[in-house]
Parts: sequence; C-alpha cells; structure tokens
Amino acid sequence: MSTLAERILGASAGEYVDRKVDRAYVHDGTGVLTLETWKQMGAERLSDLPQLYVLFDHIVPANNSTTATLQHELRGFACGSFLHFSDIGGGICHQLMSEGIVLPGEVVVGADSHSCTPGAFGAFATGVGATDMAAIWLTGETWFRVPDSIGIHLSGSLGGGAEAKDLALSYVSRLGMDGGTYCALEFIGDGAATLQMDDRLTLCNLSVETGAKTGMFYADSITLRYLAAAGQKVRPQVPEPCTYTRELEFDLSDIVPLVAVSPRVDTVKPVQDLAGLSLDQVFIGTCTNGRYSDLARCAKIVRGKKVAVRTIVVPASRAVLEEAIRTGVLADLVAAGCTIGTPGCGPCLGAHMGVLGEGEVCLSTANRNFRNRMGVGGEIYLSSVATAATSALTGEITEPEAD
Amino acid sequence: MRGAGHAVCLGSDIDTDLVIAGRYLRTKDHSIWVSHVFEDLDPALAGRLNGAIIVAGKNFGCGSSREQAAIALREAGVAAVIAPGFARIFFRNAINVGLPAIECSLPCIEGQTVQFDLAAGRVEAGGSQYSIRPLSPRMREILAAGGLVNYWRAHR
Repeated sequence: MSTLAERILGASAGEYVDRKVDRAYVHDGTGVLTLETWKQMGAERLSDLPQLYVLFDHIVPANNSTTATLQHELRGFACGSFLHFSDIGGGICHQLMSEGIVLPGEVVVGADSHSCTPGAFGAFATGVGATDMAAIWLTGETWFRVPDSIGIHLSGSLGGGAEAKDLALSYVSRLGMDGGTYCALEFIGDGAATLQMDDRLTLCNLSVETGAKTGMFYADSITLRYLAAAGQKVRPQVPEPCTYTRELEFDLSDIVPLVAVSPRVDTVKPVQDLAGLSLDQVFIGTCTNGRYSDLARCAKIVRGKKVAVRTIVVPASRAVLEEAIRTGVLADLVAAGCTIGTPGCGPCLGAHMGVLGEGEVCLSTANRNFRNRMGVGGEIYLSSVATAATSALTGEITEPEAD
Repeated sequence: MRGAGHAVCLGSDIDTDLVIAGRYLRTKDHSIWVSHVFEDLDPALAGRLNGAIIVAGKNFGCGSSREQAAIALREAGVAAVIAPGFARIFFRNAINVGLPAIECSLPCIEGQTVQFDLAAGRVEAGGSQYSIRPLSPRMREILAAGGLVNYWRAHR
C-alpha cells in the first residue's frame, strides 16, 4: 500500500534511494552552469541512461551580447552532443515536456524549480540545481529522499468565474510557503476527474510554492486521452489505500476567484477584496497559465474590446502559438490591443520583455510574486487568466464574470 | 567539519531571487554574483558577509532553483547558513557547492560569534549549545569532499 511517489521510487517514505532518471532537462539559464560544472567533474562523455534535453526559454531571444555568447556555447554543445534541443521560440521547458514527452511512472528531473509541473501525468517530476544536474549528465542517476505525501482531496467541480489557478492559490494559502517542504502533493478524489490536463499542470506547477518536491495526479482516462492525441499509449494508474502525512479537502464548487498579494504567494484574498486596485501591466502566460486553453479563455473575454492597460501575452510554446493562430485566438488578442511575446517565460523572472518600473503594479498569471522579482520597486499580484483578462479591460483588479 | 563566524541575522522565507536577482544570473563571472548578493533585500548586507554565519528564519532559499544563490554566499565568504529549515533545492545546492546548510533553531544576535561542529552535531552561540538535525550519510560525504564536483572526481 503505497503513495504514488513511493510506488515510482520503489521505497517507503523517509528512505534514501539512488534512482535512474528517465528524462533530465535544463534551460538556457541553468544549462550554462550545468555544462560548466559537468566539465569540472572531469567528464568526457554524457551518460546514455536518461533522455537529456536542453530547452531555451528563459531569455529568448537573448537580451544582450553576454547572454547571447553563453547561449551560443550551450547551443553548440547541445547540438554537437546530439541532445534533444529546442531553440528560442520553441517554448517553456515544462510545457515542452508536457506535450507528449513525460509519461506516467517516469522519474523526471529538471534544473528549474517548476519541474514539478509534469507530475500532472503521474510521473515523479522534481527540480534540482545545476550541480545535481551535472551529476545526472555524468551518471544518469541521482539520490532522493522518498517524500512523505500530502493528500489533497478534491470534490465537486469548478464553477462561477473560478479556474484551476484559483484552486492552486487556495491550497498554497492553506499550506503556506513551507507547508509542503520535502513532501509530494497528491491530488485525488472525484473532483480530480473533472480537471483537464491543462488544469492539472497548473495545480502541479504551484506545488513548489509550498516547498513541495512535486505535485502529482494519477494517470486516468483524461491523461490517456491527452497523451493518445500526442501519439503515446500508456496505462492508467490506480490509487491504492496509503498513508498521507497530512490531508486537505477542497470542494471545487466553493472556490472563488482569488489574488495572491505582493510579495507572498500564500497571502491570498478574494478578488472582490482587491477590486479597484490600479494596474500598470497585465501579464498572461508562463508555465502556470500560458497554455492554449488559457489564451482561448483570455481571448473570449477581450474579444471585440480594448485593453485599458499594457497587456503582455506570451504563449507557453510554439504549439500553443500555432493553435492560437489556427483558431483565430491570436488575432482576437492582437485586435484587443494585447502585445504578444516570443514563446517562453516572458517577463516572469524580471530579466526582459516586460520588466516593471519602480512603483509599478502588475497583475500576472505566473506563480511567483516575490519582492522585486519582475523589476526593482515593482509589485506583482497573481491571479487566474479570467481575472487577469477582465482586469486588463478595466485597468484595475476586477472580478471576472461567471461562465 | 567545524567552523565559526559572526552572526548575520535574516528573517523567514528568504527566496533565492533576494539572494541574487534574476538580472545578474547570465554570466560565468562569480564575482558579479558576490557584488550583487542580497542587493534587493539590503544592499549593505554584502559588506558583512565575509567570515559570517547567516542565521535565518524558516524556509531559507525558497523559490528559484538558481545555484548562483549558494555560490554567491560561498564566494562572499559565508562560512555556513543556519536555519530551522531550508527549501529543498537550496539545501541540496548548498551542500553540493560545499556550503554547510545547517538545520538548527537558535536565537540570533547580530555580530555574536557562532560556532558549529557537524560531527558533534551542535552549534554554540552566546555560551549556549543547540542540537542540529544531522545530514544524511550521502550529504555528509558530499560536504566532506568539498562539494559534488570533488565527490564525483574522487568516485568516478
């Protein structure tokens, strides 16, 4: 009788295991330090055990000549070593791994904290730093402490103007910024079956904001259908009775639109409590909320209207962008006055493409609102796509309408 | 492993963006990280880090996986970081780059001498002793080797 994390890692919570890694990925930021460290380890060849990926997403295209030179070196290494490589404009690493790559039951490690995202497929997916990743390049393995698991029981279904992001902010608020430290979050219950893959990816993405090692859904018919569309045939995972270190319950029909108030992800209030707060920028995108369904929801709200504040929309991947072009969503966004960025992380990390000025306020669909993250002296509030799009039309924080 | 330093007191939930901001990451020049360490938290902190032991609140190093945060602290001369708990990626990163991250609760008095002895499992400050949560055997080996690079250079 095991949790999903115990089943995949093959040991009980609290045990230390060395585990072969199925897939390991870095981006243009962490890849540079990984390559440098791997060379320092005296390595001559890469382990052929895991599938290795180098996926450019953080500063794309390069913002200055220093970044360009570092990217040039990493690009040359990735192509010369025949690693799976995605250049600028391909999309966010976590999104690319979620487009039919990561499969249920796999051990997946990314050199980025939001590598917990593809846990939505029933994989054990987690983030590490560059040196741990260099050792994976060298040996194909890494060590884990098998995590305790927190059971997040979901019932009912989302309604009103609420989205998966509002549920995510709810559980982050309940657990706090360290309430999940060293644990895996398992999302279970009848309510889980009402959530599509995009919703599940959003929920797993935020798990690290509680300190958790990963967030996980059991692969079910929704997972199978999503992966089948990407050409992957997999089996479902059936939950078995197991022991959770802590259990939380959420009735999805109780969830209302929420905002995480600058500068803490766990300071969460109903949108109506912040209604009228004036905005300088709205940002819709990231590994949290930059998928096609997010852009489509945004377009539905702004279609035929004009945004009242600068609004940056960044598709999470080229596939998302292509789908938005094909369906007319992109044309609606542009006609409404939105600015479209290169698929990737956009301004989330405060390095380019929408950095905030001193005293400016941004409503963002991302996952972090740390002090100064998007620019010194700027303030970040986090919300769902519906809240962000509705607020873009008014220029102030505004409650979205019920569907 | 033993060490000592003057206490630099920090609060809870210090994220790695605050240790080193995203705008300074794209370089191989570690001195740039040292010169901007904690800039968005308190620009005066950088000048007090050489020979320091950071005594922080819970959840130190949360947020981004950027290893530059641990490297910047080590290169700035920080002897160890002590906190009641760490975010897990920072915790692994610190040990991997040879910076002791010590799980221990103690009151912090700015500038007071703090000593640690990992083998004995204790921290001393102001005449009092505090017990520490022991590292896993693997992490002890990595730290004893001076970090994961040296560990793998020796074990390959």
